[in-house]
Amino acid sequence: MSVDSAPPAIELRGLARYFGERTALRDVTLALPEGATLAVLGRNGAGKSTLLRILASLLRPHAGEVALFGEPLPGRAFVVRGRLGLLGHEPLLYRDLTGRENLQYHARLHRVELERVDEVLSAVRMERRAAEPVRLLSRGMVQRLAVARAVLHRPQLLLLDEPRANLDPAAADLVEPLIGRASGCTRVLTSHDPQAALAEADTVLALKDGRPVFVGEPGQFGPDRVRELYA
Amino acid sequence: MRTAMVVLRKDLRLELRTWETLPAMVLFALVTFVIFHFGLNRATISGQLAAGVLTVTLLFAAMLGVNRLFVAEREQGGFDAFLLAPVDRTTMLVAKSSALFLFLCVLEVVAVPAFALFLLGPSLGPALPGLILVLVLANLGLAVIGTLVSAIAVHTRARDLIGPLLGLPLLVPALIATARAAGPLLAAAHASSAPPGKWLLILALYDVVFGLLAYAVFDFLLED
Repeated sequence: MSVDSAPPAIELRGLARYFGERTALRDVTLALPEGATLAVLGRNGAGKSTLLRILASLLRPHAGEVALFGEPLPGRAFVVRGRLGLLGHEPLLYRDLTGRENLQYHARLHRVELERVDEVLSAVRMERRAAEPVRLLSRGMVQRLAVARAVLHRPQLLLLDEPRANLDPAAADLVEPLIGRASGCTRVLTSHDPQAALAEADTVLALKDGRPVFVGEPGQFGPDRVRELYA
Repeated sequence: MRTAMVVLRKDLRLELRTWETLPAMVLFALVTFVIFHFGLNRATISGQLAAGVLTVTLLFAAMLGVNRLFVAEREQGGFDAFLLAPVDRTTMLVAKSSALFLFLCVLEVVAVPAFALFLLGPSLGPALPGLILVLVLANLGLAVIGTLVSAIAVHTRARDLIGPLLGLPLLVPALIATARAAGPLLAAAHASSAPPGKWLLILALYDVVFGLLAYAVFDFLLED
């Protein structure tokens, strides 16, 4: 008898994180299979970015368990780091280096062949501006470079915090094959546009003051619940 | 080592692009020599006094470099980018210590001849080989402690204050050993062309102990 024993891409059990007296996350439990998309919804300060930073192994949880691809964090973070791509509020690019120099630096850190840099620059249509220091680029261009940086090492899990921020519709379409469903990656995404996030999601996690108020399929999370969450 | 070289190359490229650290260190040292020149009201100095002035000036100039060592990582997301890569975190210690060591060497290439010109009585020539040995050992300790302190300070709001407050007390043994090792080299009658072995040994021991300590704790300093 053949049993599919592949662990979930993400498994959270009773996850909690505090900043001093303030609860940033509490009692978060869910499992996300490989290739699926999790939309994390909630108002500003609900704990969305904290969750993404914990999943990226940049923050330690204070309680509960986190496992990515079956590897517990933070203990086995070293094993899974190369499989994660984080696109957060900060582009993680040095302002005084050029776009190409930044991507080459990341390629070397991730031991990716340098040809891949040209590939991702071309994918976000930044080849012509790649020789300019990042500080001279518009926010939209920096965001396109940040997308290129996040997918440079061909991650299997994309952690996307407002990934289309600063992008005009054409640029958003441009990065779609890299960070959208077509990328084939497991994705965790937050968005200020709940309807768009729900349209992309297989699973929804709604947070209010760090606590989950809904975990389930997007079809069950109707307009009333969206209004209630953001009221 | 390969990753450390990648980070070091990036740091050197950033410095060559911005010139935010080295010129400040060099200018600080030069201005301090001028201040000592007038403050001591002496045309020339030698021996232990000269060694003390040189060592203290280099130490304070080094603190400027220490304070800026992790600023780009903190302000431009370099820490997160590094932590997301599947690399050994202590390579950051090696890279940053090497960058600071190189900055100190460049500082001394300018500052030591300037010191000889502005303040030093005896000729620098005969003392130079011994002085280079002393300064290389001092730089090693400064680079390791400086990196450790900078990694702690950069996470605080008052990083410009925390760096010197933590770093200077830790560097007192190195300061004493450097000044005592350099003193005889800078004496008027060139009492010795070789630095005292005892102080060199103390400097080397200091470097080894703090190098191991930094290696042991650096990983934790990068944690949230």
